[in-house]
Amino acid sequence: MITQTLFRAVTPARRTLSCAVILAAALAACLPAAADTIVDAEGRRVEVTDRSRIVSIGGAVTEILFALGLADQVIAVDTTSTYPAAAQAKPDVGYMRALSSEGVLSLGPSLILAVKGSGPKDVVDVLATASVPMVMIPDEPTAAGVGAKIRAVAAAAGVPEKGEELAKAVEADLKTVTDAVGKAGAQHSAAFVLSMANGAPLLAGDHTSAAGMFALAGLRNAFAFDGFKPASPEAIVEAAPAIIVTMGRGGHDATDAIRQNPAFATTPAVKDGRILAFDGAYLLNFGPRTAEAARELAMTVYPELAIPPLARHPWTETAAAAKP
Amino acid sequence: MSLPTATARRAGAGDRSSRGRQAVLVAATLAVAAGLVSVAAGAAGLSLGEVVHILWAGATGQRHTLPVGAATIILDIRLPRVLLALLVGASLALSGAAMQGLFRNPLADPGIVGVSSGAALAAVIVIVLGPTLMPFMPAAISRHLLPLAAFFGGLGTTALLYRLATREGQTSIATMLLVGIALAALGGAITGILIFISDDQQLRELTFWTMGGFGGATWLKLAAALPLIVPAFIAAPFMARGLNALALGEAEAFHLGIEVERLKGLAILVIAAAVGAAVAVSGIIGFVGLVAPHLLRVAIGPDHRTLLPAAAFLGAALLAIADLIARTSVAPAEMPIGILTALIGAPFFLWLLLRRRGALVL
Repeated sequence: MITQTLFRAVTPARRTLSCAVILAAALAACLPAAADTIVDAEGRRVEVTDRSRIVSIGGAVTEILFALGLADQVIAVDTTSTYPAAAQAKPDVGYMRALSSEGVLSLGPSLILAVKGSGPKDVVDVLATASVPMVMIPDEPTAAGVGAKIRAVAAAAGVPEKGEELAKAVEADLKTVTDAVGKAGAQHSAAFVLSMANGAPLLAGDHTSAAGMFALAGLRNAFAFDGFKPASPEAIVEAAPAIIVTMGRGGHDATDAIRQNPAFATTPAVKDGRILAFDGAYLLNFGPRTAEAARELAMTVYPELAIPPLARHPWTETAAAAKP
Repeated sequence: MSLPTATARRAGAGDRSSRGRQAVLVAATLAVAAGLVSVAAGAAGLSLGEVVHILWAGATGQRHTLPVGAATIILDIRLPRVLLALLVGASLALSGAAMQGLFRNPLADPGIVGVSSGAALAAVIVIVLGPTLMPFMPAAISRHLLPLAAFFGGLGTTALLYRLATREGQTSIATMLLVGIALAALGGAITGILIFISDDQQLRELTFWTMGGFGGATWLKLAAALPLIVPAFIAAPFMARGLNALALGEAEAFHLGIEVERLKGLAILVIAAAVGAAVAVSGIIGFVGLVAPHLLRVAIGPDHRTLLPAAAFLGAALLAIADLIARTSVAPAEMPIGILTALIGAPFFLWLLLRRRGALVL
């Protein structure tokens, strides 16, 4: 019987639950796990066999892995993985856009999950051709993008059923929020300030995570350029956003700098005191907590809308505590 | 007892070329040692024995017998990276030494006077506009186009710098620095325009050129840089005697039988090729071209016949060590190498200015 089990277990491209159940724990440890072929966000076919040592690059990827209950298999994360707090105790491979190929490989990972946009490109190219499978995770800042991201991480991590469950729960919450927001009358215009370095505001335009969050919360982005760009003071005065959103934690945010900026001072947002600071990862990661973040932003902006409270989930438990 | 010492000192002072040869040997030894240490050490905790074994197996075609992970780390990631750091360090130091000789000016450094900016600007233009201008370019050609563009960017900048800053054989330090500042500003402005029209992915690649680093070193990159760097290394010794004569002044060099115009043309080509190739594969890395030649001038004097090769070896050693620190100090993450070279180079630059304060006329 053991022979038969062995035979079934090593058959490539087969993933049968019964196999894992039948196998004794000791045997399972020394046998190659079932192999999956994953088509990743770059269209590459990646063969994944061993998920025991995962390096997770991208805050949302880490959040999803922890929400799927795979925390023990994550051996390292990147600097943007700030949630949940337990993730910060893992070794740090650096900022997701400034990775080191030898640094990542030196940890002996069996699988690398990296959100699309990780870099530098040369390092990612080296990692992609190395012997360790690397799966790029899609990153679209939309409601559909959240579901796709969760399913992609779960598929690569070998728990597609759990991923489907998580994705459905988050999608249901997102629908609750967007349905309620859809009943709002006129949309407020809003500006997202990424930073106020040297008094020069860096603002979010189209195709950014901030614009995606505005869309979920029923806000109209006041700036129509592409990506994050510095905006001229005159453009800020003319755009006259009613809401200004920025990111920060525990008082370390740009709200004072925005208030004192002569261009922003003319906007309705500053005059009415409607500058909001959110935790960056919570607001912009587009992961399991996105429905919660969208609801919180929408409720702050449109208090007249009664958006039903979302069900408590294990993965959002500390979400309220994480806000500034 | 004191007699032999005094004789030795007199002999040493009188025969600078033997001291120069020693310096070349010492610098070469340093470069080899730095290269070996760099290959042996890294974020992955492989023992020296394992590294030697992997290198040996790789060199003798026995790679398939090795564990895949360790072989990848040493043969595909660490080895090309160390070689690239050595090569770029040598290129930058060599072009720094050649520039200081050509301009007869201790402050000339490809980073300071804008040659690196010119090369980087050309590379940035290729990155952002390349896909638009030449949509069907095969990847193999565009890989070589980047170093070539950086070479022409460096060539244009060096030639312009020389034309503007040198009048009647005299290079004005003030003009040279101001031209460098103007060129860097122009480069920054054009880069700013490109940032506006580039997408997010291109933007990240642009950031790489201003930061510099060896994180993406591959054998292909090394191969792309070699066609420019090797001719520069081969040509360099031929201009040593000329640069020595040039130190006396342009007219004096001419009377010593040096074809001054040809020498200047050759020097500008060598500088542009070495800097262009270095910038194309590793972005802008400052101060190596300044620190290595000056350390050697203090030690062995200004004879270019020994200064050029010694500077190349010392530059290679310095950059390999800097990169070693960059990739091991915060492992598994990595520190930008520009921080390290500036951390060592900037105080050195200040010291140089302080020491020569009496001699510098701006």
